[in-house]
Amino acid sequence: MKKDRQIIEVRGLARQFGGVRAVAGIDFEVCEGEVFGFLGPNGAGKTTTINILTGLARADKGEVRIAGIDCAANPKAAQRLMGIVPDESNLWPELNGFENLSFCGALYGMRGREREKRADELLDMFGLGDAAKRKFGGYSKGMKRKLTIAAAIIHRPQVLFLDEPTTGIDVASARQIRLLLKDLNDSGTTIFLTTHYIEEAERLCERVAFIVGGKIVRVDTIENLVRDVQKQRVIQLTLSRSGNTAAGSDSCGLEELPGLLRVAFPGIEFESITGSALRALSMKALPLAPLIRFLEEREMDVTEAKIIRPSLEEVFVNITGVALEQMRKEKEQGKAKGGKA
Amino acid sequence: MKTWIAFWNILKKDMRNYYLKPPNISWGIIFPLAWTLMFFIKSGSGFGDVRSILPGIVAMSVLFGTTSMLAVVITFEKKMRSYERLLLAPIPLEVLMLAKTSGAVLIGIANGFVPVIMAAFIVDLSDVAWGEMTAAVTLISVSSTFLGLFVAVSVSEVFEAQTFSNFFRFPMVFLCGLFFPIAALPIILQPLSYILPLTYGADVLHGAINQAAQKPPGLNLAILAGFCIIFFGVSIRNVQRKWIY
Ligand SMILES: Nc1ncnc2c1ncn2[C@@H]1O[C@H](COP(=O)(O)OP(=O)(O)OP(=O)(O)O)[C@@H](O)[C@H]1O
Ligand SMILES: [Mg+2]
Repeated sequence: MKKDRQIIEVRGLARQFGGVRAVAGIDFEVCEGEVFGFLGPNGAGKTTTINILTGLARADKGEVRIAGIDCAANPKAAQRLMGIVPDESNLWPELNGFENLSFCGALYGMRGREREKRADELLDMFGLGDAAKRKFGGYSKGMKRKLTIAAAIIHRPQVLFLDEPTTGIDVASARQIRLLLKDLNDSGTTIFLTTHYIEEAERLCERVAFIVGGKIVRVDTIENLVRDVQKQRVIQLTLSRSGNTAAGSDSCGLEELPGLLRVAFPGIEFESITGSALRALSMKALPLAPLIRFLEEREMDVTEAKIIRPSLEEVFVNITGVALEQMRKEKEQGKAKGGKA
Repeated sequence: MKTWIAFWNILKKDMRNYYLKPPNISWGIIFPLAWTLMFFIKSGSGFGDVRSILPGIVAMSVLFGTTSMLAVVITFEKKMRSYERLLLAPIPLEVLMLAKTSGAVLIGIANGFVPVIMAAFIVDLSDVAWGEMTAAVTLISVSSTFLGLFVAVSVSEVFEAQTFSNFFRFPMVFLCGLFFPIAALPIILQPLSYILPLTYGADVLHGAINQAAQKPPGLNLAILAGFCIIFFGVSIRNVQRKWIY
């Protein structure tokens, strides 16, 4: 598929709520036929961005164009091209599955026969045929999510916006949704999705933007992002405290280990994962034997060591971690300045 | 064309799911009946008096019929966030709000004629000015619907909408000259009467049914239409300002 026409163009978008800069001047574009992921931690500004793009929220500054249409000047023309899956499944609880879909089709001006046929087709496609005559209010969370996605594509939109499409639903349903989204994209629909599941982005998206504190810190293809980290070597060690606490040994807590290790092994990054595991990251070969000896001297038995293939998760943690740290520093500096003044 | 498909389906959905539910229909019939009986018991007079209280009962039936469901149709859907779907649909906001309120207007008109039909069995209504009466019922229905809309978009909870609309509705029953002439009110309350739309609607009804209007019907109806435009305009602005956040 040729991907050169930009279907979403965002320039200098900003939105502030009171003192909170939810979106702090972002630029990006999405090409026709692309699956574009918007990744970021809680409160990063994902929902605010999607709401501005779809016309539910206003920008303080900046410009949004959908298929060339200026969304501020002509929101309704842009909305005709969009399908929207909000972060909450918000169809009408008193209508059944079929009625909900048909009603959503009517909102986009579809005629009776056409939208009923399409509703049946979508109910089958999403495996909700048996629930068609049941009220939406009585659906399970996963079923609600599926019907909400079906409702967003009833009018065959050119661009589909999804705000955390698979959050809070089981693995099988999430997988089914991802496959359906893939199919939809294969048939030409551009997809813009937000998520905090790295794996989801890795499986679905061609390009992702990392957003932290309202700023985009990096936009790149999954391929490029992963290539960067794959040069890295990562070993995960599972530790347990050994029983023989001999006098004179340097025993210490697990939480102090990364700090101690960084001093002892310069050039290697250490981070503790969950309660009892530790990761060592380096661009060079890792000195495993000295590492294990060092730990054993501190009353830690290494019960397992495994090589980790770095994934987008590492990229995400690196990028957002660095960005968050930087923002914290900027904030502190700002405060210090403010304090002196 | 596409916009009208949306309009019609929004109206149809609300009618079926909210307005035409059995409790709502029975309320439309019991409400005027109860008020009529109450007045009879209170005054102790016979059926001849039906005509004198008919304008008041009609106006009240319309007022309560229109405003009772808007809190649900609008505030509830806003709270459940399904309203966001309507705001994101490619239809002009004005058309959307008209679609959401048309059901209330129709119910209001229907409710307004319930006491008229009941009265027709008891007294002779052949000299009523039906044209004026219909125009008045229609405009009272539209203006009180838009007043209800104004309330519904100004609050965020269903109970607030209901409390707030009672805050309007009950004083209106006494201040708008439905059952006692405005001139009989304490002088400090009288200006209040003239800023309430129902006052003008009630006057047309008194004229149409009992030839007892204070002002020409054309003037009253024009003022009512003015109220409709103001309430609707302000509501649209509130939605644009507050709901598209
Ligand atoms: N209507 C609002 N009023 C005030 N603050 C808001 C509003 N909407 C969002 N915010 C703030 O803006 C910031 C970004 O919120 P947003 O919902 O866009 O984040 P998010 O990335 O979608 O987070 P999550 O992953 O939790 O959904 C947050 O700090 C939030 O508190
Ligand atoms: Mg969100």
